[in-house]
Amino acid sequence: MRRPKRERFLDGMLHWVGLGATLFGLLVLTVLLVDVSLDGLPRLSWDFLTSYPSRRPEQAGILSALVGSLWLLSLTALIAFPLGVGAAIYLEEYAGRTKWSRWVEINVANLAAVPSIIYGLLGLEIFVRALFAVTNGRSVLSGALTMSLLVLPVIVLASREAIHSVPNSVREAAYALGGTRWQVVRDHVLPLAFPGILTGTILALSRAIGETAPLITIGALTYIAFLPPLSLEGLRTPFTVLPIQIFNWISRPQKGFHVNAAAGILVLLAVLFLMNATAIYLRYRSQRRLEL
Amino acid sequence: MHVRVEDVPRRVAVRRRRWGEKLLEGCLAVCASVAVLTTAGIVAVLIFETAAFFRVVSIWEFLTDTQWTPLFVEKHFGILPLATGTLLTTGIALSVALPVGILAAIYLSEYCPEGLRRALKPALEVLAGIPTVVYGYFALLFVTPLLRQFIPSIAGLNALSAGLVMGVMIIPTIASLSDDALYVVPRSLREAAYALGASRRQVVLGVVVPAARSGILSALLLGISRAIGETMIVAIAAGMNPRLTLNPLVPIETMTAYIVQVSLGDTPTGSIEFRTIFAVGFALFLATLVFNVFSYAYARRFRETYR
Repeated sequence: MRRPKRERFLDGMLHWVGLGATLFGLLVLTVLLVDVSLDGLPRLSWDFLTSYPSRRPEQAGILSALVGSLWLLSLTALIAFPLGVGAAIYLEEYAGRTKWSRWVEINVANLAAVPSIIYGLLGLEIFVRALFAVTNGRSVLSGALTMSLLVLPVIVLASREAIHSVPNSVREAAYALGGTRWQVVRDHVLPLAFPGILTGTILALSRAIGETAPLITIGALTYIAFLPPLSLEGLRTPFTVLPIQIFNWISRPQKGFHVNAAAGILVLLAVLFLMNATAIYLRYRSQRRLEL
Repeated sequence: MHVRVEDVPRRVAVRRRRWGEKLLEGCLAVCASVAVLTTAGIVAVLIFETAAFFRVVSIWEFLTDTQWTPLFVEKHFGILPLATGTLLTTGIALSVALPVGILAAIYLSEYCPEGLRRALKPALEVLAGIPTVVYGYFALLFVTPLLRQFIPSIAGLNALSAGLVMGVMIIPTIASLSDDALYVVPRSLREAAYALGASRRQVVLGVVVPAARSGILSALLLGISRAIGETMIVAIAAGMNPRLTLNPLVPIETMTAYIVQVSLGDTPTGSIEFRTIFAVGFALFLATLVFNVFSYAYARRFRETYR
């Protein structure tokens, strides 16, 4: 059937406008990356990675921020991973469809959409002020606890999906052999769901490493000219992270600091890229294994 | 292990195992309740500090005063300038993200070859993974100078460039979720429309989009919630000057940027200035909560329609 010319034209329009809209986002992404690279690449050097912040932009570096970010990230993973996976196991394998589990579910979904700065206010009041005796106030521990609550819903959602995708036949076979609920989960469900859980966790943590607002709210400092000692006492020291260092450099008027910010952004994006690549690799490997 | 059943002192083993199982289940339940505790904690903290704030400042003043100057000597506590700031940047962001996001979703779900869709969708989602401080850099040092070429009167800090960049940031939220919604509309609906001689455009706009409308609406509401709560882009590129205006070319301040501004300073905890951030945070929380709840409700309705 031949359509009227006008209709063919409109159909083509929608096709091309849609393609344009899709490419628009990618175009902006490209411009952004090129812009930051042009500004920041010349500044990247070993010295930049291994120097402390300074009043003179050419001497300033990101050592304390980079170490702070990694420190915060490991702690967050240590806290949020067991909690998130535990919650997911409970919701998928134990809770059934009770009122309580529905309530938890709604809470998780809503928490995932609460603005991150609100978590900052929560952390400020609970971890920095109320639990001062434990956290010593504006410390890396307070930051990690706040970040854990922030990424928890994402980890729960991803882990639930991974656990949910384990075929029921696996569980039924294990139960038929007399396994208890925990034995079934530990020996059969978790090993199969683990790659998915890990991927989801890494993606959640890659969100945490770029977060700025909640850490500003709980008062992460910008000028840190020391590295935290690797000990329990180190948990209670003040800290800074890459995004806050970048934010601080952007807000200064001098051009030199803007260049530093761009170079810092490149380091941050590189870390993010590494994390995402790991997640994608893990997902790819697990998909291949399931296909075999 | 080859152990005959008769060899095991059975009752003891089972009982001990049951006890361990119960303990484990309890631990897992505690993990799950952290989510509920977090929500309760957020609400409790915000209400507690906001109540203390409203013992000093009347709710009426908070909602109707047209000035916001808690950090000055002459203090005014009217949230209107901050609310209009948030409204302005959110509006600008939506004017970008709404059309672009939905058109991209239509393309991805209805026009794009399956192989290309599988490549384009994750690529688009990269936009959502870029840290917001990076977008702030881009808005302040690239978009604003670019806009100045066309609008020479634009200020160095302004709502326009922050809003535009924020719009780009929420494109993937709207596009990806809308695409999911369009994609699961049953084939039979499309085929029925094609059988009546409709063109692809007519099928998409006349049948598929209306059939997926609650899913698209859900995506849109989540996008709005993101824009309201977005902090770093506006804190960097839109300014920290609370003023009651809808002019996108001058510095303004959003609710989120105000919280950042106070957090950066040395405001003593427990003072009225300090409590303002919780009052503003409470308003912010309520505003996003409304959109989140409706988004969740529409998403559920959509899932139930096509299960």
